[in-house]
Amino acid sequence: MSMTTVIHRDDLASKTGMWLFLFTEMLLFGGLFVVYSVYRYRNAMAFHFAAEELSVFIGTINTIILLISSSTIAMSITAIQKKNKKFALLLIGITIFLGFAFLVNKYFEWGGHIREHIYPGSSVLALRGQGDVLFYGLYFFMTVLHALHIIIGLVFIGVISVKIFRDKITSDNYVLLENSGLYWHLVDLIWIFLFPLFYLIT
Amino acid sequence: MSTQKDIAEPSYLEYKGKYKGIFSWIFSTDHKRIALLYLFSILSFFIVGATLGLLMKFELIAPGKTIMTAQTYNAFFTLHGIIMIFAIVIPGLPAVFGNFLLPIMIGAKDVAFPRLNLMSWYLYVAGVSLVLISQFAGQGPPDTGWTFYAPYSFRTTGNMLPAVFGAFVLGFSSILTGLNFLVTIHRMRAPGMTWLKMPLFPWALYATGWVQLLATPIIGITLLMVVAERTLHIGFFDPTLGGDPLLYQHLFWTYSHPAVYIMILPAMGAISEIMSTFSHKTIFGYRFMVVSTLAIAFVGYFVWGHHMFTSGMSSTALYTFSLLTFLVAIPSAIKVFNWISTMHQGSIDLQTPFYWAIAFIFVFMVGGFSGLILGSLAANVHLHNTHFVVAHFHFIVFGGTGFAFFGAMHYWFPKITGKMYDTRWANIGLVVFFVGFITLYGPMFYLGFKGMPRRYYDYDEVFHAGNIISTMGSWVLYSGLAIIIINLISSLKGGSKASSDPWGGKTLEWTIPSPPPVENFTEIPTITKGPYDYK
Repeated sequence: MSMTTVIHRDDLASKTGMWLFLFTEMLLFGGLFVVYSVYRYRNAMAFHFAAEELSVFIGTINTIILLISSSTIAMSITAIQKKNKKFALLLIGITIFLGFAFLVNKYFEWGGHIREHIYPGSSVLALRGQGDVLFYGLYFFMTVLHALHIIIGLVFIGVISVKIFRDKITSDNYVLLENSGLYWHLVDLIWIFLFPLFYLIT
Repeated sequence: MSTQKDIAEPSYLEYKGKYKGIFSWIFSTDHKRIALLYLFSILSFFIVGATLGLLMKFELIAPGKTIMTAQTYNAFFTLHGIIMIFAIVIPGLPAVFGNFLLPIMIGAKDVAFPRLNLMSWYLYVAGVSLVLISQFAGQGPPDTGWTFYAPYSFRTTGNMLPAVFGAFVLGFSSILTGLNFLVTIHRMRAPGMTWLKMPLFPWALYATGWVQLLATPIIGITLLMVVAERTLHIGFFDPTLGGDPLLYQHLFWTYSHPAVYIMILPAMGAISEIMSTFSHKTIFGYRFMVVSTLAIAFVGYFVWGHHMFTSGMSSTALYTFSLLTFLVAIPSAIKVFNWISTMHQGSIDLQTPFYWAIAFIFVFMVGGFSGLILGSLAANVHLHNTHFVVAHFHFIVFGGTGFAFFGAMHYWFPKITGKMYDTRWANIGLVVFFVGFITLYGPMFYLGFKGMPRRYYDYDEVFHAGNIISTMGSWVLYSGLAIIIINLISSLKGGSKASSDPWGGKTLEWTIPSPPPVENFTEIPTITKGPYDYK
């Protein structure tokens, strides 16, 4: 409120800030990757068999969905730069749609596990041994945390699309869109790590 | 606002914005007002934390139950630790003096993200409120100590969730402050202020910013795991479910050791400013000061294992962590040598902030040397979890950061408030504080060496004499604290007006009026000389 100055804008500062924030996100998940590696090392067999139970098909579909959504949001930045507002909004719409598609897939996947009584704290899971408890504990914790990031990203991108619609984001002022794109890429990148860790390494 | 004005600009204290009364503070995005919001909240919580400490020391005046039960004592040292560590010494210097002075010292009008800065303070208040709520809601206060060690942290019936989540929120606030400062330093230095023309306090904040940014997420995720463990029984750290409590300790100290450098680096930066100003001499070995700041921040990431020498690690890990711990002492010692050399042949002006800086060097050295004793493997086995450790970290954290905080307070008080304080009472306060400090924590070295464990409300009769001295010290310390704070507060009303440069300092904050105008600088300065240009 002391800002009687003309609005000071520094896009490079905003982007630097976003990159620094992404570092913290990587370290947040980094802590979980450390925990994962320790327990995988100690329970190699259990992690191996538990990973085989996850559906590589759904995992692959979700990976493709996120990769495409990452490219559509990147393309929307180019569209804004080329002053093509309608196309940019269409691309962002596709991104949001794909984000929801990912969550729907994830919902059915989690639902399947829970129907089989495989969730943290379940007595059925406890009977299967400590390796399985840890595998599914990490699986649920990390994928739910990732899904929370997807939801935050969707809200962020939703706000951005309103701003584009109202011409608050234009070809000479699109750093917010770039930052939301960066965030979405990070969410994508984390999934690129989660997918092999839980589905592929068997 | 580039136009020159004939009339003086209103100071940030007088400026009338959109909001009135208290809202002109809690909705303000002015870095100077946010700094004072932090100062006010940190001092309030500090009084709470210090009072808890005073009561704990009173409990220890005699063996057996004196004024509180064992469980109350456990709750007290837990709350004392959480408040003092997460809510006071970690945000302390960066959030108060960093916020106020960083933009001014690098010639900027504000931080890079003023609204984010205000949000950091909201998060800070929310975090502390959660911690305080944990005391009154649920089935009794937390009793794990500030370290939240597994598996007790999810077995205890104490009300852990708000406390752990509060610490998580405080961490988030700390990350955002660090991020803000990093971008500010990268993007907003005045024209001509190259990296090596930047004063040492901003340099210290820069190194601190990286530590805040890269270490805090680890504790964030660890605390979330404890929350998940308590609510969902996932088994991360629960041995009955295959988890490993030792892994918790590793993750916890991966953050909490670097956090010690979040506390001490800005303190060292402030001391460097004070040393140069009151010696009227450029700081000795400026480049070494910069490099040692960065070295401490870097090596600080790789020493966490020294908190766990007795927890069970391979001997290779033990030797490595011990060696790295000794390595950290080198850049710290470089700083001490450079401060001493700065005084050499300087024109020393004996003022209160300078006395604080001298006291800082003394207690910091005692703390540092006792740290080396703890860092050596054989001695650590004997001293681990004794009062020796308590004495060591109070000399570093309270002695280091606390003395630097009060030094900085007396150094920048005229700039922040536009008033001078009563020097005589300030010096008396310092002497009483210092005597109390040594009397309180000094005997703990002896008690710990003799085997008195920490975190017990009771002790064997052989430790009685040392504890009586220590408890008396706590009374003296508390009185010193009262004198200092009352003196500063009464100076707000009665103090004489401060000039723009009462100490003869050379850094940019002394070139603008006291208190600074809203926009800091009417014209952004162009920097051509080094920060400590004394001739």
